[in-house]
Amino acid sequence: MTGWSIAFAGIARREFLRFTRQRERFLAALVRPLVWLFIFAAGFRAVLGLSITPPYKTYVLYEVYVTPGLCGMILLFSGMQSSLSMVYDRETGAMRSLLVSPFPRWFLLGSKLLAGVIVSALQVYAFLGIAWVWGVRPPWLGYVTVLPALVLAGVMLGSLGLLISSAIRQLENFAGVMNFVIFPMFFASSALYPLWRMREASPLLHDICAVNPFTHAVELIRFALYGQVEPLALAVTLGCIILFFGATVFMYDPAKGLWRGRTGGAA
Amino acid sequence: MQAWTPRTAGRPTATAEAGAMGGGPAALVVEGVSHRFGAVQALDKVSFRVERGAFCALLGLNGAGKTTLFSLITRLYDSTSGRITVAGFDARRQPGQALARLGVVFQSRALDGDLTLRQNLSYHAALHGIGGRAARDRIAEVLALVGLSDKTGARAATLSGGQQRRAEIARALLHRPQLLLLDEATAGLDVRARAEVLALVRGLIAERGVSTLWATHIFEELAAPDHVVVLHKGRVLADARAADLAGAGTLAQAFLDLTGGGA
Repeated sequence: MTGWSIAFAGIARREFLRFTRQRERFLAALVRPLVWLFIFAAGFRAVLGLSITPPYKTYVLYEVYVTPGLCGMILLFSGMQSSLSMVYDRETGAMRSLLVSPFPRWFLLGSKLLAGVIVSALQVYAFLGIAWVWGVRPPWLGYVTVLPALVLAGVMLGSLGLLISSAIRQLENFAGVMNFVIFPMFFASSALYPLWRMREASPLLHDICAVNPFTHAVELIRFALYGQVEPLALAVTLGCIILFFGATVFMYDPAKGLWRGRTGGAA
Repeated sequence: MQAWTPRTAGRPTATAEAGAMGGGPAALVVEGVSHRFGAVQALDKVSFRVERGAFCALLGLNGAGKTTLFSLITRLYDSTSGRITVAGFDARRQPGQALARLGVVFQSRALDGDLTLRQNLSYHAALHGIGGRAARDRIAEVLALVGLSDKTGARAATLSGGQQRRAEIARALLHRPQLLLLDEATAGLDVRARAEVLALVRGLIAERGVSTLWATHIFEELAAPDHVVVLHKGRVLADARAADLAGAGTLAQAFLDLTGGGA
């Protein structure tokens, strides 16, 4: 192993250890989408008809439609949880341990991000396992082909979380992230309703959903779960990764970004 | 597994080499460093050096700029102007090499309370590219050095304040740094724990020749031969041996005279 892989493995191991030590976090991450699947989807099944739209080749039940969106929900909340933990680490001083490593900052942030995504992907697979028992059964190969999509979507949402964490000065401000980032991103997306349904309701809302990066993350997962690639979703997700992660590295650069304006003890 | 070698196997910069004493570059050279937070001038043309194997105390009241200076040395952020070299490596131009030679104990506790001592140290070793048997051996070595071998499997949150500080010193020593930075390492400790930590650090200097920059506002922690840099409102007011600063009086009185009563 090289020093780089040792460092990445160390960061990933810590993320995993922290996750296993916080069982309530794992339960919360699972319960949230399961509530939507068991209750919300059951109610909407009766009122929301879904036509045959790719990647589905037949009419599908609402819970089948909503499952990729709920996978995205896990990644979205997990990404914001990473952001929360970065702000917490900064307040407690634990982040200094990471940032004074001799490895470049982009590598440290990227490793932390990827480690968080690996943990999130495990949560998604646990959710998909329960969904399978509930009757949501994509093709077996889909469980393999969805992995790259989960990683890309997770990296995109995690990058956004890191970017947000660089702009939040205090933990107390994090509630605003819930109100102004997570909920709008989730509800104004194709996670719960197809975009064509949105257009029927409101063209403006449809357009908002269409430019929402979370919509593209969900569509990437949806198609990948059926062994397909949605080119636009892939392009938007990759573009957002470059944008969000680039901005994060800028914000955490010692000589640039908001870091520069902080007081001595705030790092 | 091999210990990680910093990127671009760099050489110490020419200026630092030229200013070296005792056959190698100084452990730390701070040259004309200024830093501003908006309208606040946190540091103003700060200059001093820490020689190899020396103990240097950075003495100043709260708000003097000690933590800001530590943040600049450790590259948490960049200085507005000036230059910092660690063991001859420019912190701005060769950050990897400079940081690889620094061991840091921050003012705020930075152990992960949920993890065991071994897991905390293993994480730190990985952040310096040290893994496998090398990491295990070094963890055992530094924990023995700070007297915490029996706490390897204990969760960090269950350790006392003094033990946590010693553990943080062990962590800072894991990658065998040339310069140890301790930012008010005895803050919040009782008298006994404070004495233990101080004795440990002085022992490291004597036995291992680790250069140390010790930020403090507690005069009793300093001995007559110590090199003292008095920092006040972001400026260096004195740079001398503690005995020379104190003269016929006490170090505390000399400090108050220098700083106008600390105001």
